[in-house]
Amino acid sequence: MMQRSLVVLMLMLWTVIARAELTIEITQGVDEPTPVAVVPFAWDGAQALPEDVAQVVADDLHRSGLFSVMPRENMLSFPSDRNSLYFRDWRISGSEYVVIGRISTKEGGALEVSYELYDVLKEERLLGEVINANFSNLRAVGHYISDQVFEKLTGVRGAFSTRIVYVTAELLRPQVYRYKLTLADADGHNPRTILESREPILSPAWSRDGSKLAYVSFETGRPAIYVQYLATGKREKVQSFRGLNGAPSWSPDGNKLALVLSKDGNPEVYVLDLQQRRLSRVTHHFGIDTEPSWSPDGQSLIFTSDRGGQPQIYSIYLPTRDVTRLTYEGKYNARGRLTQDGRFLTMVHQVNGSFHIAVQDLRTGRLDLLTETYMDESPTIAPNGSIILYATQEGTRGVLAAVSLDGRVKFRLPSSEGDVREPAWSPFL
Amino acid sequence: MRAMNIGKAAALALTVVWAAGCSTTKTTDSDSMGGDSAATTQGTTSTQVSGDSMSMSDVKNLATVFYFDFDKYQLKAEAVEALRGHAKYLVANPSAKVVLAGHADERGTREYNIALGERRAKAAARVLTVNGVSSSQIEVISYGEEKPAVIGHNESSWAQNRRTELTY
Repeated sequence: MMQRSLVVLMLMLWTVIARAELTIEITQGVDEPTPVAVVPFAWDGAQALPEDVAQVVADDLHRSGLFSVMPRENMLSFPSDRNSLYFRDWRISGSEYVVIGRISTKEGGALEVSYELYDVLKEERLLGEVINANFSNLRAVGHYISDQVFEKLTGVRGAFSTRIVYVTAELLRPQVYRYKLTLADADGHNPRTILESREPILSPAWSRDGSKLAYVSFETGRPAIYVQYLATGKREKVQSFRGLNGAPSWSPDGNKLALVLSKDGNPEVYVLDLQQRRLSRVTHHFGIDTEPSWSPDGQSLIFTSDRGGQPQIYSIYLPTRDVTRLTYEGKYNARGRLTQDGRFLTMVHQVNGSFHIAVQDLRTGRLDLLTETYMDESPTIAPNGSIILYATQEGTRGVLAAVSLDGRVKFRLPSSEGDVREPAWSPFL
Repeated sequence: MRAMNIGKAAALALTVVWAAGCSTTKTTDSDSMGGDSAATTQGTTSTQVSGDSMSMSDVKNLATVFYFDFDKYQLKAEAVEALRGHAKYLVANPSAKVVLAGHADERGTREYNIALGERRAKAAARVLTVNGVSSSQIEVISYGEEKPAVIGHNESSWAQNRRTELTY
């Protein structure tokens, strides 16, 4: 009865580069972003470099929404060392900080990238580093520089070197879809398809060490939870009971998966100990209990339940199994995720019939609506807590968008093909 | 004459089986809103249950897609009616099997919608089992919002996507 679907697993992640890339469009920034100039890096080689490292840095800083980046055509000169850097010129053009750098060839085809960050007003060097590189890792070097500059200027660890996964669905013909699980850099570049199926893929979740993913795949015709190792592509089916097998979430210690099974009759949250292969049931209620997510200390799970008549977010303290309701505002609050400090709860919140991303301060109880796009869902928080990536609709397509935790910075990651959904942001890698 | 008596006895037996199913539904399954709703609706139309077996051509005239309200998993009266017709066929044909696939519209979160879809499929399954269908003849699966019947972002599309589909 159930049709076995074709599943193509990409064993070598880097062998398949999907054509579609996500590109960033800033839709709203902060009122007073800090002006920064990132000068094109000097290059002593004969051949063209595959990546413009300074542009990668400029794009990262721009995308954070906290910086306004000076257009290159407005630069009077392209200094690459301290001697050719005239602070007065950069002061006049309004830049508070300037990043300069140079790339040189080394023996055996290796490269050396140096960069420096200067405070234009104080005429002071804030950062400087020499990085060993090669022709194929220049984007990664750019993201690394962005991380250093961002942390120096904001005090917050940069998350530009992290990755995201997301699911795309492409309608091939009526009722027939091609689903892909895609791994990409946090800026949407370098997308690699890591799983492809004719049946739904959903709920990808990163392990805390960033080495593997858990997700739900219907590839056998029924839902099952799989764990896939990113380095090797190796994967295993970890749960496939009769009924639902869904919503996997890794514990902070990486040894357990919270998940949802309906084997006992209705959707309940369970914890699977991956080492001992022991399953323990966490919730006991005749309503729907789903979408578990761990608190940062691993002592509690938050989950969505309709036990009060409508979906709301609850917390269960595992040692005592005491349940606390966390959300009260509105008729629909679901898929909660906590920030790494455990203070803020992001969720999908329904208001006036439409769905948006909201954040609740668990200390004060205050709920703020962060998005005003259409059909917003699947919020996932950057590991530095600065940005929430989520899925939304643009026209008839699903796209990814992002918003800062304070709601001031918004940007969109449109994709050139398919319906994009279910983003999950990696931990620091 | 004798054949008719057997038919009547079978009808009576089925009704008893159904009544037993109904009463257990009431006590043990007050937890299932779908089950409650189905049981209540059946109560009002129980006289229509009979032992007459349905042919495949009769079954073909029955609805196979049952619709739901937003964030709800209660079957509508006409859905219960059609499912009882399917139940008759399945009881008479124990080798026949059905898949009940529950679906949700695109609104709300994906995993919650998978849970909702399962509730919707199970509400239909319950009508079949309380009418005597063996649970081994029924497979329940939920796709949540992943397989819409209609692609569209308006109430008429959503209404067609909140459904349980029965296939033999």
